[in-house]
Amino acid sequence: MYFRTWQRLSSVVLGLVLAPAAMADWGLNMPQGITEVSQSIFELHMLIFWICVWIGVVVFGVMFYSIFKHRKSKGAVASKFHESLGLEILWTAVPTVILIAMAVPATSVLIEMYDTKNSDVDIKITGHQWKWQYDYLGEDVGFFSNMTTTEDEIYNRTEKGENYLEEVDYNVVVPTGQKVRFLITSNDVIHSWWVPEIAVKKDAIPGYINESWTIIPEGQEGIYRGKCTELCGVNHGFMPIVLEAVTSDEYQVWLEEQRAGKIAEAQAALGEFSYDELMVKGADVYARSCAACHGNEGQGLGSVFPALAGSSMALNDMAGHIDIVLNGKPGTAMQSFSAQLSDVDIAAVITFERNAWGNDTGETVTPKMIIDAKK
Amino acid sequence: MNSNSTQPDNQSGHKPNNTALKLVIAAVAMFGFGFALVPLYDIFCEITGINGKTAGPVERVEQWVDTSRTITVQFITTNNAGMPWEFEALQEEVEMHPGAWTQVNFWALNPTENDMVGQAVPSVSPSEAAEHVQKTECFCFDQQTLKAGEGREMPLIFSLSPDIPSHVKKVTMSYTLFDAGAFAK
Amino acid sequence: MTTATANHDDHGHHGPAKGIMRWVLTTNHKDIGTMYLWFSFAMLLTGGVMALIVRAELFQPGMQLIRPEFYNQMTTMHGLIMVFGAIMPAFVGLANWMVPLMIGAPDMALPRMNNWSFWILPFAFGMLLFTLFTEAGAPNFGWTFYAPLSTTYAPSSVTYFIFGVHMMGISSIMGAINIIVTILNLRAPGMTLMKMPLFVWTWFITAYLLVAVMPVLAGVVTMMLMDIHYGTAFFDAAGGGDPVLFQHVFWFFGHPEVYIMILPAFGIVSQIIPTFARKPLFGYASMVYATSSIAFLSFIVWAHHMFTVGLPLQTELFFMYATMLIAIPTGVKVFNWVSTMFRGSMTFETPMLFALAFVVLFTIGGFSGLMLAIAPADFQYHDTYFVVAHFHYVLVPGALFGIIAGVYYWLPKWTGHYYNENLGKFHFWMSFIGVNITFFPMHFIGLAGMPRRIPDYALQFADFNAIATVGAFIFGFSQLIFLFLLIKTIRGGEKATDQVWEGAEGLEWTIPSPAPYHTFAEPPHVK
Repeated sequence: MYFRTWQRLSSVVLGLVLAPAAMADWGLNMPQGITEVSQSIFELHMLIFWICVWIGVVVFGVMFYSIFKHRKSKGAVASKFHESLGLEILWTAVPTVILIAMAVPATSVLIEMYDTKNSDVDIKITGHQWKWQYDYLGEDVGFFSNMTTTEDEIYNRTEKGENYLEEVDYNVVVPTGQKVRFLITSNDVIHSWWVPEIAVKKDAIPGYINESWTIIPEGQEGIYRGKCTELCGVNHGFMPIVLEAVTSDEYQVWLEEQRAGKIAEAQAALGEFSYDELMVKGADVYARSCAACHGNEGQGLGSVFPALAGSSMALNDMAGHIDIVLNGKPGTAMQSFSAQLSDVDIAAVITFERNAWGNDTGETVTPKMIIDAKK
Repeated sequence: MNSNSTQPDNQSGHKPNNTALKLVIAAVAMFGFGFALVPLYDIFCEITGINGKTAGPVERVEQWVDTSRTITVQFITTNNAGMPWEFEALQEEVEMHPGAWTQVNFWALNPTENDMVGQAVPSVSPSEAAEHVQKTECFCFDQQTLKAGEGREMPLIFSLSPDIPSHVKKVTMSYTLFDAGAFAK
Repeated sequence: MTTATANHDDHGHHGPAKGIMRWVLTTNHKDIGTMYLWFSFAMLLTGGVMALIVRAELFQPGMQLIRPEFYNQMTTMHGLIMVFGAIMPAFVGLANWMVPLMIGAPDMALPRMNNWSFWILPFAFGMLLFTLFTEAGAPNFGWTFYAPLSTTYAPSSVTYFIFGVHMMGISSIMGAINIIVTILNLRAPGMTLMKMPLFVWTWFITAYLLVAVMPVLAGVVTMMLMDIHYGTAFFDAAGGGDPVLFQHVFWFFGHPEVYIMILPAFGIVSQIIPTFARKPLFGYASMVYATSSIAFLSFIVWAHHMFTVGLPLQTELFFMYATMLIAIPTGVKVFNWVSTMFRGSMTFETPMLFALAFVVLFTIGGFSGLMLAIAPADFQYHDTYFVVAHFHYVLVPGALFGIIAGVYYWLPKWTGHYYNENLGKFHFWMSFIGVNITFFPMHFIGLAGMPRRIPDYALQFADFNAIATVGAFIFGFSQLIFLFLLIKTIRGGEKATDQVWEGAEGLEWTIPSPAPYHTFAEPPHVK
């Protein structure tokens, strides 16, 4: 008899222990994540959760018992008691003890989370409206990361991809088994960088640098997706993060590729590009970097973001067009793209803008023209 | 409606108009307190050194140089939106002993066709290092004016005080450059 | 103004003025209370429509109905209208009606200021709502309006927003001063502070909170105004300012503000449960001390809204501990309510149903609040739907159910008619079911990683979002039952006795139902 009870009890306990992980799979619970810190946070979360559940069971239990038993319709007669110093002291002291018990592990996890020293890799993360920029300090590697989900998917004109709203053109790559420190800031308004699986979230504040860190254990290589978590304007929901964890060796190779890629880009800019090549590339760059504000069809958005289709700058003023893409327009949301896009990309997108949507200027902007404009 | 001063048997014996006046004064005082929070916040940050803010210029003093350890100091720069200047640290990082004075130069260039005024805002990580950063000269102390097309080197002369905690091995000094035209002095 | 003598029981010559000027010029606390309540109900429905627009868009992934620009206006305006237009004025309306009656006073201490306090509000909110129809659009930076999104990057409507906040703030401050002066000076002889009904106590404490923090809100929006129009740099790093300063000053107001929005509900529930349990409130003194502790503590916890901003470690720990502390007096109150019920003789009329649902569902909101207080865990919860779930639980089945409970409880006294109990219960059950279907799934999607304030979401969040939307429509449309019931009851129904409820105690139940236009011209003696 006791064994049966023990069996039942242990299945319940086992179920409760395993349930949280299962619940996460069903989208009911926080992920345990892949780092020590994320696991500690998850355990803390579950601890507080269960304490709350048990307190709730007791309190609501008494309450529902009372609702059932102490009803006038069942003939209950009201007692007159209305105070008890002893009870007040008891139910002040017991919660205090429980809270202290919670505060202890909470304190040690927080201290751990604040310990950014002895990092192996330092990555500066800058939030922009509406994309992230990553710079690997001391490595001469840096790039922007834009969402690649298309307007067509968002506005239900085509089917949504598997990683709808969670995919970017360039992932932020980090090595496993090493301490990675993040230095987080912003170019404009407050953003916030969050990757749930590594439990790193920090606000990106203009003028400030904020720190966080992670160690992704070896064996946890993979793709982890995150979000911006501070309202930052119209496309706050459209600037995701994709963190790619690779082995240390793969990371070194990737760094090399990035550096080589930059050199290749600079050299490519000196090469020849046909009008058609530029138009194809330009359409792609436009979709990633410009369409969010200037619209799929270059139609703009009222007086907030100017239309490019039929605009006098796109039709007549090539020098002004190049200047505004390179240097932005101070006092407006139009940023400088000279750091974000390669010379080839800039040439391509301007060519595209001057010829798409009926603009049809027939003009070609070459990468060499961009290099000259920068001088 | 009774006027209050003739209310019989007033429980508290207060004059209502006095209470109302006191509360109005309290409300005005709290409005002032809200504004007082502005300098109070800065003072709090300065005294405690928390929040990663560094203090203003100090006198250069000869101090003990702790040659038993070195600290890596990284320099990063960010341009705020609408700030098109070239802006970078000419050295990405330096190794220094606590107590030693070092100069690092930064480069800024205004590529536009207009004269512009910039303001660099410093931030230090980890924030506990901020109170140990001593600067005798920093381009961040003043607004910097660059004429159209002008570029120049800007110095930062600083040291990390010898009592910086020993567990601090890496310090990152960040400067964000803003267009301060609206606030030009 | 003529002074009534002890022999007359009303002003003598005539009752209330006729027509619209009655309402424009009234200084009668009952009239003003009624106007506040109707205004707040209109704002509830307005803010509710905005919520339904938001939830309709979130029914499925993808943008179906509106664009992200408009979505941000909807979420911002929903928050502003519900906080400042629905919840706060509703509590002020209940205070206006009930505080003088509960303390045996003929009216509020400053009746003409009372009239101003109300009439400012339609103008303030008219101005705010008008911005929806301008080209620049309504405020779109969240009801918490962080700088620099709300300063450098704000639409031109931000100036109207600032003026609206100023006007509404002046209204609240004046109302609070009125309540404090009334309670301190106009209590009937024999009613010591520790004999006051709990609703009066909680409003007394709330009023002090209002006087303390609404001016700070006025300060922060004034600083914004100066940054936007007068070239100052409170929050702009370019001029030596600091965006994080904005958050500190805003939340110094913002945290006490949320207690302002719940303390009166605690008071209402503390009136209703003893009535329908036919048993005195358990631990009256303890309830007063607990409410006071909550009010004091509310001033030192503000940065728990800022755990991810980059606060230094010691600061973060301090705010975590202080926030956890608030759980203690709050828990004490819940235990006292349950002890009031225990060994009582309960019946379950509509006010009691709403009050009981408050105790359970507010406590659930309190539990998620305790989880949020744990700073390391908050890094995973902050700015996700877990927070949205938490504050909607404490505000909707919390504050709003408290208000609704109070309205059902006192409606027979105000109108002289019992409301239809079956319809009331129907309203309750639809609201209860709707509110839980709407907000419980938000815990899950928040934990699973969905941020706040986004108009579109990744596919894994779709199912629970759809469920929440269904719940929102159920809850929203259920409030039309309430509207119908209110109008029906005002116009007629079973005549209510003076006592109205068998177990009710307090001075408000010693006067006729409906309450005469002027009451307690001669103060009663309280034993």
